[in-house]
Amino acid sequence: MGPFLVKRVLTLIGTLIGASIVVFLVLEILPGNAAETMMGPDASPEAVQALTIKLGLHLPAWERYWQWIAGIFTGELGNSYAYSSPVSELMLERLTLTVPLAIMAMCLTTVLALVVGIYAAAQHNRFGDVGLMAVTQVGIAIPNFWFAILLILFFSVKLQWFSAGGFPGWSEGVAPALQSLLLPALSLAVVQAAILARITRSAVLEVMREDYVRTARAKGLSQRATLWGHVLRNAMIPVLTVMGLQAAELLAGTIVVENVFYLPGLGRLIFQSIANRDLIVVRNCVMFLATMVVVVNFFVDVLYAVIDPRVKASDI
Amino acid sequence: MLEVDKLSVRLQTQRGPAYAIRDVGFTLQRGGTLGLVGESGCGKSITAMALMGLLPESATVTGSIRFDGQELVGQGDTVLRRLRGNRIGMIFQEPMTALNPVHTIGDQVAEPMRLHRGLGRVAARTRTIALLERVGIGNAAGRIDAYPHQFSGGQRQRITIAMALACEPDILIADEPTTALDVTIQGQILDLIHDLVLERSMALLLISHDLGVIAQNVERMMVMYGGSVIENGSTPQVFGHMAHPYTRGLFGARPRLGAPAGTRLTTIDGTVPELVDLPAGCAFSDRCAWAQAQCVTTRPPPVTVDPGHDASCLRLDAVMAGDPQ
Amino acid sequence: MSSTPIATPVAASSGSEHFLRRALRHRSFVLGGILTALLVFAAALSLVWTPWSPYEMNLPGKLQSPSAAHWLGTDVFGRDVASLLLVGARNSILVGVIAVSIGLFIGTALGLIAAARRGWVEELIMRLSDFTFAFPAILSAIMMTAVFGAGIVNAIIAIGIFNIPTFARITRASANAIWSREFVLAARACGKGPWSITFDHVLPNVMSVLTVQITIRFAIAILAEAALSYLGLGTQPPEPSWGRMLAEAQTLLFQAPQLAVFPGVTIALAVLGLNLMGDGLRDLMDPRLARKR
Repeated sequence: MGPFLVKRVLTLIGTLIGASIVVFLVLEILPGNAAETMMGPDASPEAVQALTIKLGLHLPAWERYWQWIAGIFTGELGNSYAYSSPVSELMLERLTLTVPLAIMAMCLTTVLALVVGIYAAAQHNRFGDVGLMAVTQVGIAIPNFWFAILLILFFSVKLQWFSAGGFPGWSEGVAPALQSLLLPALSLAVVQAAILARITRSAVLEVMREDYVRTARAKGLSQRATLWGHVLRNAMIPVLTVMGLQAAELLAGTIVVENVFYLPGLGRLIFQSIANRDLIVVRNCVMFLATMVVVVNFFVDVLYAVIDPRVKASDI
Repeated sequence: MLEVDKLSVRLQTQRGPAYAIRDVGFTLQRGGTLGLVGESGCGKSITAMALMGLLPESATVTGSIRFDGQELVGQGDTVLRRLRGNRIGMIFQEPMTALNPVHTIGDQVAEPMRLHRGLGRVAARTRTIALLERVGIGNAAGRIDAYPHQFSGGQRQRITIAMALACEPDILIADEPTTALDVTIQGQILDLIHDLVLERSMALLLISHDLGVIAQNVERMMVMYGGSVIENGSTPQVFGHMAHPYTRGLFGARPRLGAPAGTRLTTIDGTVPELVDLPAGCAFSDRCAWAQAQCVTTRPPPVTVDPGHDASCLRLDAVMAGDPQ
Repeated sequence: MSSTPIATPVAASSGSEHFLRRALRHRSFVLGGILTALLVFAAALSLVWTPWSPYEMNLPGKLQSPSAAHWLGTDVFGRDVASLLLVGARNSILVGVIAVSIGLFIGTALGLIAAARRGWVEELIMRLSDFTFAFPAILSAIMMTAVFGAGIVNAIIAIGIFNIPTFARITRASANAIWSREFVLAARACGKGPWSITFDHVLPNVMSVLTVQITIRFAIAILAEAALSYLGLGTQPPEPSWGRMLAEAQTLLFQAPQLAVFPGVTIALAVLGLNLMGDGLRDLMDPRLARKR
C-alpha cells in the first residue's frame, strides 16, 4: 500500500499545482486591465492606477502567482472588490451553505441510486426493472435547473410547503435551514441518481454473470447471501469510480441550482463574481472547487485500492 | 445413493422451447465413479447443473433425482441449498474465474464450512489450512490470506477442489476440471481428484469431452449426444466393444500415434444440430451412415450390448456387424 | 446413404441492409430515432415557417394560455411560445452540431495520434485530458463565456473544448485495443506505416464507438447550452433559446406556470431522444449479439 499511496499523493499535488497555474493563467489573459474593467469606463486614470497598485496588478505575473499561492497557506486570500471584505471570510460564509447542500445531495443520490439500481438488477427484465429503467432514462434527460423550477412550482407555488428560495441561515435553527436546502438538494440529486442507478444496475448484472457467483451458489449460498457477500463488493468498484466523478458534477451543479433558489452559497458567489469581474474571488473559489474535485477523486482511488486487491499489484 | 431417472430439462431458446436433455438416467453408489462424455452442447453440463438445482429460471425440469431417497426435482431453493457445497460438491471448468477476486482464498474455502457446519473463524481456518495442504498448495498457512490473482491456474483449480470438499460431501461433480489447464497440470489435477475420491469414499461424476480423461479415471461411463444418453456401460466395455455409431465416430476421430504420415483424420460428417432442430427420433440420425427412415421418427430405446452395457440405436445389429449403410 | 443436411447457416453479420432491419426492431433506437427526427424536423421547419414570428412582440396579448390561435400560449412579451420553441430547436441543434464537431475532429485526432505514437506523446495527451476532468465542464464554460463575453459563439466554443478530452480518451482506448489485434500486426508485418494503418484499419473500427459517443455528447451539449442560456451566458436575446425561456418563466411562476413547463419538456424530449438513440446504437453495434441490456 505504501508505494501506491505515495504515488497517488504525488499525482495529487502535481494536479493541484497544475490546476492553480491554469486558473491563474486563464484569468490573466482577460482582455484589458482588470482594474479598468472593475471600475468601469468612466473612472479616472488616477483612480484606475491607484486600484492597480492596490491590487498588485503592476507586479510581474509570476510574483503575483507566488503571492497568491503563499497566501493560500496563510489564509490571506486577498479582498473582494465587490464586497469589500476578505475573500476567506466570504468563502467560509458561503460554504456553510454549499457544503451541507452538497452533502445532502450526495447522500440522496447515493441512497436513491443504490436502492433503485440493485432492485432493478434483481428484477432483471421483469416489470420492476423495465419500469425503473424508463424512469431513469427520463431522469437523465431532464436539466437539473428545470427540475428545480418544477419542484418550486409544485411544492412552493401549488402546495406552499416550501419557500421558493432563500436561506434563513443556521442561526434560526437547524430545521428551517435544512428545509430550505431540501428542494435544491433534490434537484441536484435526481439527475445524478438516475445516472448512478443505471450504472449500478449494469455493474450488478455484469457481476452476476461472473463464474465466481456460480461457484458461490454451488457452495450452497442463497441468492441473498450471494448478492451481499459476493456480488455487491465487486459491483461497487465501478460504481465508486463514477461517484467520484459525480462529486465534480454535483459541485458544478451548485452553481446553477443556487441561482435557481437564490441561495447565497459558493456557487452563486462564483457566478456573481464572474459577472462583477471580481477576479480575486473567482480565482480562489474556482481553485477551491478544483481542489475539492481532485481530493475527492484521490480518496476514491485509495478506496478503490482498498476494495479491490488486484489494484495494488498492477499499478496504473 | 444417487438415482436419476428420466431426467429432462426444457429450456426457452430464442427460437422456441427445446429439450436440453431428455430422459437421462443413471445411478451412483458411494465410491462409484461415473464419466459423462460428449461434445460441447450435448447436455453434460446441463445434467450437472440440474443435479445441483442451478438451472436458469426459465428451465423446466421433469423426471426424478433421488438423493439418499429424497426426491430433489421440484424442491425449493431452501432445501437444495442445504445439499449444495455440503453433501454435493462441484468444481467447474474455468479456474481463472471461479474464485471471487476480492476475497482471500482462505475466506472462500472456509465459507461453506462456516455456512453449513457453523464453524467459527478459528476452527474454520485450521481446517482450511489442512485442506489446502492436502490439495497441494504449499505453505498453506502462509498463503491462506492471499488473493486468487496471486495463484496460477493449476493452483486455483486445487483451491476450488478444496472448496468443494470443505464439508466432506458424498458426491463430487467435476465439470471439465482440466480442460482449461496445461497438459502437464491436467494429470496432476486428475490424480488429485482420484486420490481424494478414494480416500473419502465419495462418488464421482466426471464430465469431459476428452476420451483420454474418461478412460483413465472412471469405472463407468455414459456417452451423450444431442441431450440424450446414447451409450453407457463400464469403461472397458465401452472402449472395447463400442456399439453406437456416434461413439464409434468419436473414437475413430482421435489422432493415432504411429499412423503413417499423411493419414487423414476421420471425421463425422455434418455438425451438431441446434437444440430446437433436433428430430423427433434419434438425435444423431441426420449424420449417421446407418440411419433409415425409422431412425428419424422413433426414439431408440436402450438395447443391451453386454451385461451392464447398452446403447440406444435401432440399427445396432447392422452397426455391430460392420455393414456399411 | 441418407443425405446430410447442411447445418443452419450463421446469420450474415452487418451488411447494412441487415443492420437496418435489426435497428428497426430495436425499441429504444426506434423511439429515440423518432424523437430526434422530430427535433431535426422542427429545426428545419423553423427555417421556412413558424406559426407566428418569434421576434414579434405583442404586449397586450401577453401571457395567454394555450388557445387555437397560439397553440402553446404567449410569453411575457406576447411572443408565440410554439414559434419560440421551434426556433430554439434550431439554435440547440446548431450548438450541438458545432460543439460536437469540434470535440470529434480534434479529440479523435488526438486520440488516434496517442494510440499510434505511444510513448511520451500518449502520456502527454492523456495527462492533459485527465487534467481537464479536475475542472467541471459547466464551471469552465461559465468562466469562458463570462470572461470572453456571453453569446452563442463563445458558448459553442466553450462546450466544444470540453468535448475534446472525452473524444480523445475514448478514441485512444478503442484504438489501443485495435492496435493489438492480429490484423494490425499482419499489416505492420507487411510494412505498412502507422498513418496508413490508422486510416485504413483503426479508424473504421473506432467509428462504431464514436457514433454512439456523438449522440451522447450531442445530448450533453444541448443540456449545457440550456444551462448557459438559463444563466444568461448563452444565446442572447432576441434569439430564442429554450434555456433562457425557462429563466424568464421562473419569474412568472404564479402568473403563468405553463411557461415553465413547455421549454423544459422540449429539452427533455430532445435529450431523451438522443440518449435512446445512442443506447440503441450501442446495443446494435455490440458484437455480442446475445447480450441483454
